[in-house]
Amino acid sequence: MKKPSVELRLPILPNMELIATQTAEVISRHMNLTDDQAGEISLALIEACINAFEHSKAENNVFINFLIEDDSLVIKVIDQGIGFDKTKVEIPKIENKIGKDERKRGWGLQLIQELMDSVEFESTDEGTTVTMKKNIKQ
Amino acid sequence: MSDFITTIKENNSIVIIETNGYLNNVGGEAVSAVVYEKMAQGQTKFLINMAGTKIVNSIGVSILIEIIEKLQEVNGKIGYYNLAPIVAKTFNIMGLTKYSTVYETEEAAVNEL
Repeated sequence: MKKPSVELRLPILPNMELIATQTAEVISRHMNLTDDQAGEISLALIEACINAFEHSKAENNVFINFLIEDDSLVIKVIDQGIGFDKTKVEIPKIENKIGKDERKRGWGLQLIQELMDSVEFESTDEGTTVTMKKNIKQ
Repeated sequence: MSDFITTIKENNSIVIIETNGYLNNVGGEAVSAVVYEKMAQGQTKFLINMAGTKIVNSIGVSILIEIIEKLQEVNGKIGYYNLAPIVAKTFNIMGLTKYSTVYETEEAAVNEL
């Protein structure tokens, strides 16, 4: 049987990421995820959406697919922007930001990777797909 | 006052800012505006009661890093209490807890800050 899925198409407007988190909360409850897991999914989703909205320079919509598996929730955040090279993204450290001229932002990928069980990035100059997975802990 | 900030009060020379809603760039700037205004009046200790803030993003939290940096220039301090677990975890991942403190309660925060 085909696994259940939910698809969202978000316009690039302020705070549209909250639509994605509301959907994630409903799905998390459906899957009986813990509050901590639901919070981690929401924050990772926010960061992935912000990256798609701001850094991809995408002009169209951002697409989000939630795939409900037996033992995990898989979320794909897809934009049609300019793409990025993950190897050129530095791991942020607060020690390098406090008291230095370095900009304070740039935490999105780090948060996504810390909060989800696995994360994959596929990026070309025609767009980026971030695939994030949260395993269900029984 | 911004919708994000519900009250500003003082307790034992500490400015306590209560927030409500999403800590994004707008929320972060609302907090920094209050802190910088109070710093200009000579205040150096700040607490944020985040009971009403269940969700944040890294841009809003980055503005708290800017506030920490400004406070270091005047030997000031900032702390937080009533954090949702995901907010506390975010502060840990981003390293805010190396330069500021998360407290369990207002009483503990006021006594220890």
